[in-house]
Amino acid sequence: MRAKNSLGLILFPAFDWAISPTHPEREERLLYTQDQLMEEGIEDIEGIHFFNPLVAATKDINRVHFCYPNAESLVTESHLIAAGGVMRAFDAVLGGETDKSFALVRPPGHHAQRVVYGDRGFCIINIEAVGLEYARQKYRDMRVAIVDTDCHHGDGTEDIYWNDPDTLFISFHQDGRTLYPGTGPVEDLGGPGAYGYNVNIPLPPNTGDEGFQYVLEHTVMPILEEFKPDLIINSAGQDNHYTDPLTNMNFSAQGYAALNSRMNPDIAVLEGGYSIQGALPYVNTGIVLAMAGLDYSGVIEPDYNLGKWKQSNRVTEQVERVANDVYQLWKNKKTLAERLFAGKTSVRRNRHVYYDTAGIMESQVQEFRVCSSCPGVNWIQSKNDRGASLLGVSIPRKACPSCLDEGYRLFEDAKQKNIKKRFLQDLSNDSFLAE
Amino acid sequence: MIIGIDMGGTNIDGVLIHDGKLQKSFKHPVDRNDYFQSIWHCLQELLRDTDKDAIERIHLSTTISTNAIVEDQISQVGVVLQTGPGLKWDFERLGHHLAFVSGSVDHRGFVVKSEDPQELNGLRKTFLTSPIEAIAVISKFSTRNPEFEQKVRDLFLHDYEEITMGHTLSGKLNFPRRVQTAYLNAAVSSTFRTFADNMQKALKEENIEAPVFILKADGGTIDLSGATVKPVETILSGPAASFMGMSALLPEIQEDRCLLDIGGTTTDLFFLVDGVPVFEPLGIEIDGRKTLVRAIYSTSVGLGGDSHVRFEEGKLKIGPRRMGSAIGFGGEDLTPTDALVYLGAMQAKYPEKSREALEKLATKQGLDPAELAEGIVKEFCYRIKEVMENTLEMLNASPVYTIKELLSDRAIKPSSVGIIGGPAQALAPHLEETLGMSVEYPDTYEVANAIGAALARPTIEINLLADTDRKILSIPELQIYEEIDRSYDLERAKREALQEVSRAAEAMGLVDASKTEIVEASSYNMVRSFYGADKNIRVKAQIKPGLLTKLTDVKTSEV
Repeated sequence: MRAKNSLGLILFPAFDWAISPTHPEREERLLYTQDQLMEEGIEDIEGIHFFNPLVAATKDINRVHFCYPNAESLVTESHLIAAGGVMRAFDAVLGGETDKSFALVRPPGHHAQRVVYGDRGFCIINIEAVGLEYARQKYRDMRVAIVDTDCHHGDGTEDIYWNDPDTLFISFHQDGRTLYPGTGPVEDLGGPGAYGYNVNIPLPPNTGDEGFQYVLEHTVMPILEEFKPDLIINSAGQDNHYTDPLTNMNFSAQGYAALNSRMNPDIAVLEGGYSIQGALPYVNTGIVLAMAGLDYSGVIEPDYNLGKWKQSNRVTEQVERVANDVYQLWKNKKTLAERLFAGKTSVRRNRHVYYDTAGIMESQVQEFRVCSSCPGVNWIQSKNDRGASLLGVSIPRKACPSCLDEGYRLFEDAKQKNIKKRFLQDLSNDSFLAE
Repeated sequence: MIIGIDMGGTNIDGVLIHDGKLQKSFKHPVDRNDYFQSIWHCLQELLRDTDKDAIERIHLSTTISTNAIVEDQISQVGVVLQTGPGLKWDFERLGHHLAFVSGSVDHRGFVVKSEDPQELNGLRKTFLTSPIEAIAVISKFSTRNPEFEQKVRDLFLHDYEEITMGHTLSGKLNFPRRVQTAYLNAAVSSTFRTFADNMQKALKEENIEAPVFILKADGGTIDLSGATVKPVETILSGPAASFMGMSALLPEIQEDRCLLDIGGTTTDLFFLVDGVPVFEPLGIEIDGRKTLVRAIYSTSVGLGGDSHVRFEEGKLKIGPRRMGSAIGFGGEDLTPTDALVYLGAMQAKYPEKSREALEKLATKQGLDPAELAEGIVKEFCYRIKEVMENTLEMLNASPVYTIKELLSDRAIKPSSVGIIGGPAQALAPHLEETLGMSVEYPDTYEVANAIGAALARPTIEINLLADTDRKILSIPELQIYEEIDRSYDLERAKREALQEVSRAAEAMGLVDASKTEIVEASSYNMVRSFYGADKNIRVKAQIKPGLLTKLTDVKTSEV
């Protein structure tokens, strides 16, 4: 059997690491996925190659995060390897080894935001963002679309790319009013430098295959076609599955595979998904086959029953309404941005972030400079309920000279502020300062 | 006394070893029309003037199964496949009697859908009216739950003598390979059984009571009755014989090492990590079929003492073809052997002819003959180096699944090379220079494979899985499926794995079963309810290849 698209698999189940012995993010999580892939004989398909992860360095993390007090004290080897697995996935595709790649690594990362005090939603560092920014520095700057198909809102990735017009972030997820982390409404469209490039599609509980299919065809695909990305990344959370213990959706392995096949991502990265026995082996196998361009129609869960998981008419109506609303917002993003930011020199937003896994409450202010020549320098001032505080300045990759100077000035000025740590992230020069 | 016989493609070699000393050896061309007769003839030569009662064991590395497969002299097999949902392999080349039946088992071993008895009865009727000689039955995840395969075996129990169940051949997961392995096993069963029967009959007639063992591709042996049940285990044992021969003839070391068997047409490369051979990750490939038959990893390159040497577009080329013997041995085309003869490193029958041919080519290319001869040898060594490095790069990129393994970065880094074969001694100094590591070679090499076969000991690998939620322990290789309780833990699993390995090894004729070892052992918490965690325990244990005794009267040389 030969894959139509050559595919690099970074299958790293980290069989010797768990958040705690009975935590969903434990050694067993990818055990049955590996069993299924091995038994199906994936290793013997021509064109499917296995790669070991790299180990991310501190610098790779500092490109994306302001870690308090520093990256070394927050991340474990497992996080460096999960991120390194994604870096390897980028190397495989951009280095020309394979057409596509899929990082089946753990722990996940899409809840990790720019500021990191600890673990949120089983994530400490945003593995997609670490991989993408590594690739942008190593290979070239690219227009990238990240489509987050995890059932939970990808609030970390949203935060990281909030103001980056070259990174389109689309997340469809179970409505935040019914599920962790609670965010992800359609109105959150991005910062002044990238307004409209943050696309949230909150879906009602019990959305089934046909609902996801509708969103894909009427919202995601048209937006992708208009955005024309150089690279599509699928943040592949497998917890929309009807067996997932933490969520309420009714997506199937066939649905996931069909979605992946239609979306045709260059790189997929495993995110959440904790139905480790009933969903992950099948969804992951389906995605592997879809990415390799092979027939996935035989991949069916043991307990799959088509009639049982059909969505109700009410759900269908809700899904269609949201999907259409989101697409209208995308179409009108320019007009909306002009109306919103006209005459403003900066935009502020206040946020409260809860670290559920670590039990930390953070409050922060983000300020974005409205700049006509670049996405604009921005900064975050943050403190948490454990007495930590920081100020982080971020200079975008394509910063104009004025924003670049402003960034360094802000970092300098932060000395006067009553904060414990200050950070500077200069993405235009790939250099980082922390004090 | 131990008798070792290696039947290769061209020659059959035999040795008689007593008290670690090589007493007798024999080499003869193979009669391709009568393999049994070739072996029997070799055995008789070795037994001439020998006390038959003093023979303790007879070890054979045979090409019986290999040739049957490669030459397509195999039985018609009725193949019953329960594929269940999943990837759609086309399962080509499984003969004309292939049946896909309903039902499926999941990765934990739970029956998702039972088989249909009526369907199976119908299938039996069809098979019985077809020219089928053997049955192979394989289901996806049968290692986790063999019930379906057992039911099909029972169904055909009185109809066919040769029935192969997929789960008995390996505990590793890979359904397409399990299918091929079981098919091949069924397909060569009859051929191998005939051979075994002839062998036993002949031994009985000669009043030889020594047990017969067959060499496997993993460098271990299996007794004749075991091999009759799993003849597929006896395929491609040639490289294993060569590996074991080198192990017997070279001093034992515990470091990373590369072994080279330089033949006339090809050179085979083997690798050792801390003195232990590197295995094929899943199993060996035969005739384009990937199997689960455990094998020592070897790679073969078309580069030997008799490889064709010529210039193509101004560039020196060696191999991959062999046109005939070296010119110095009566051949017609220039070879690396002739270059070594020219340099005075090797003896030949007609050294002056080697010299003439080399000078002729040198003149044509406007080169100094000595320079050309050295160039040929250098190119030969460089090509070996290249293959060695590429193979190591590939082996060192093998996937790992734990943080510990990933961070320990245990790359294979050979610190020395052992070589064997006709040109070994002559090449050794040149290889040492090119590779930048010490090179050793034994003084004997002609019957190394037979020595390897003679001194190999039984090997076995088992994959134990204990699932305290399903309350079942399985060791597919030994067909053990037992009930366990929830208190079963990793320590007990390890103990049990070692016990079962030594028990199986003793049954296979290993006297000292203390060489057992745990290869991998892990226990996964399965959290299914609020009543605490169950465990999914996985232990791999083995007896790795090794020597029954060391040879005491061999000499090795270093450069």
